[in-house]
Amino acid sequence: MAFVELHQVQKNFATATAVENFNLDVERGEFVSFLGPSGCGKTTTLRMIAGFEVPSSGTIRLNGADVTNLPPNKRNVGMVFQSYALFPNMTVAENIAFGMTVARKPKEEITKRVDEMLRLIHLPQLGNRYPYQLSGGQQQRVALARALAIQPQVLLLDEPLSALDAKIRVSLRQEIRAIQRTLGITTIYVTHDQEEAMSLSDRIVVMSNGRMEQVGTPFEIYNFPKTQFVASFVGTLNQLQARVSDAASGKLDVEGQTIYAAKPFEKMTGETVAIALRPEMIDLDGSGESEENHLQGTVEDTTFLGSIVRTRVRLRDSIISFDTFNNPNLTLPRASEKITMSFPRDAVLILEQNAAPVQA
Amino acid sequence: MAQTAVVTKSGAAFTLPRVRTIFITWLGVIPFFAFAFLFLLLPSSSLFIESFQDTQGNFTLANIVGLFDEPIRSGYIASIEISAFTALVGGIFGFLLAYAVTLGGLPKWVRSSYVTFSGVASNFAGVPLAFAFVAVLGRTGAITALFKNVGINLYDIGFNLYDFWGLSLVYLFFQFPLMLLIMIPSLEGLKPEWREAAANLGATQFEYWRRVAFPILLPSLLGTMILLFGNAFGAYATAFALTGGRLNLVTIQIGAQIRGDVLHNPNLGFAMALGMVFIMFVCIIGYTLLQRQTERWLR
Ligand SMILES: Nc1ncnc2c1ncn2[C@@H]1O[C@H](COP(=O)(O)OP(=O)(O)OP(=O)(O)O)[C@@H](O)[C@H]1O
Ligand SMILES: [Mg+2]
Repeated sequence: MAFVELHQVQKNFATATAVENFNLDVERGEFVSFLGPSGCGKTTTLRMIAGFEVPSSGTIRLNGADVTNLPPNKRNVGMVFQSYALFPNMTVAENIAFGMTVARKPKEEITKRVDEMLRLIHLPQLGNRYPYQLSGGQQQRVALARALAIQPQVLLLDEPLSALDAKIRVSLRQEIRAIQRTLGITTIYVTHDQEEAMSLSDRIVVMSNGRMEQVGTPFEIYNFPKTQFVASFVGTLNQLQARVSDAASGKLDVEGQTIYAAKPFEKMTGETVAIALRPEMIDLDGSGESEENHLQGTVEDTTFLGSIVRTRVRLRDSIISFDTFNNPNLTLPRASEKITMSFPRDAVLILEQNAAPVQA
Repeated sequence: MAQTAVVTKSGAAFTLPRVRTIFITWLGVIPFFAFAFLFLLLPSSSLFIESFQDTQGNFTLANIVGLFDEPIRSGYIASIEISAFTALVGGIFGFLLAYAVTLGGLPKWVRSSYVTFSGVASNFAGVPLAFAFVAVLGRTGAITALFKNVGINLYDIGFNLYDFWGLSLVYLFFQFPLMLLIMIPSLEGLKPEWREAAANLGATQFEYWRRVAFPILLPSLLGTMILLFGNAFGAYATAFALTGGRLNLVTIQIGAQIRGDVLHNPNLGFAMALGMVFIMFVCIIGYTLLQRQTERWLR
């Protein structure tokens, strides 16, 4: 039995369905991210777990107990908001103590725990400051300490870093992960930043239009995106349309050229499928083994990006881009030069239909 | 000579001597400063000086001491009483109404119609306001007559529009909407995340109000009540129009002093005005301090 279970959760607002068909099991101590574009229902799902929204249908269980209709103040779930939401009339210490104060914990216990928390977030000196005397990054750390001070069963974070500047974002996210590991607390983290999700999570739930597109480890999501949506949202994969020539042997037709996928797939011959080509597996070299795939095209342009060089090649209708590591002996292809690209069969991914229709 | 370039909208540049541009800028603000100097600084400093002079122009504290003699003393007390009473009542009910129209979940049009009404009502004072109340609740007013028809004589059962309570009622007509207008932004400044964060940490609705929302609102609540106090304290026309000078408020006493030297001592009149200025000054300081606190929090 998983620690947090969402079963067939759905949320309809008067005007729209924000979340549909949501099924997720989060294990104890796991760090799971909800990743997706704006409006895809990440916050709504998180708010249902926190109890700020009641699902229209489905059940939510925490540690085995059905909490679907439990009010937020009875759930013992810690939440960190994008806007910090510190109480402006209280000092840092009072903010952190809030949950224990309303729970009428003894004074000594509160003081001890507040000190512990201040040390955990590396701000031991700032207990007597007020929120307006702190930087954004410090405020968010206090908010984290405040949420953790009640020893919640689950920690929920809704884009906690998006109001901060890039440098602090990176250092604070590492700190959040370190604290999460130390405490072993089950965590659900909402973000629309794929790098953030990749670097933090044990598992990622990619969402679009209120539905789950794919659930998997960062490695799985990045290397084996299941749908067009995931491929385009998560990575820098090339996406192409291909016609199935022979599904059993993995033979595909891409704009008049033949390539093979590594594995057979279940599609009808003649059907059009979406495929993805992983850019880092494409070589600028026609002399591969017989097993390899080849595609010919015309160079559109090359862009020098420092450590890598990105080349864009036109087939007939679509464009493929691939990266080469920079080195001093590199000869860059020139624009409108005809070249042959080669790549192994397992660079070809067959994508499924999106879980939700992609909106224009 | 230093030159500044002034670029016109069309992009053509021409230059003006720097000194002249500065001079023109200053010329623009002169009317304001002249006005402030002539009608604010000059009278208040002469008020201040003459309050400490006897009729011969010698320094004395007698006028200030005289403020604590009758009838001036009771004038101040009456003014303070009516101001405090209407600030408190208007403040509490204005706050509750502001709560109802902002966080109470009423339809949007309720809020906008209340705000519009309050904008008008909070500025409705003086003779027209007094007249409106006389027309409705005076001895022969519409509602008084209505009650008479069902056999109740308001004026027999202790109601009197022309005494302390009557005037308070009239003052409340502008106090209440003023409170509403000022409290609405404060209530709307309460972030929904505070409520959610509190609930998330285990607080009940009551605890959220007790420990978060109310303390956050308190400075602006008190500050606005001070403002209401000052608002009522300085009111003259309404009280005079309604009671014709029978009520012994400071403003009415000063008014009488201006129209004819009833105290036979103009310097005592100045001292009375100075006393008012002093009380208003304290109000403004209090209001400013409390407002600053709120701004810091609600930033
Ligand atoms: N209270 C509400 N009433 C009506 N519709 C809502 C409400 N809250 C959210 N929605 C809608 O539900 C959908 C999902 O919203 P949600 O806030 O969960 O998205 P999100 O993934 O968190 O987006 P973002 O990255 O912008 O925060 C959106 O279309 C939104 O307009
Ligand atoms: Mg969101």
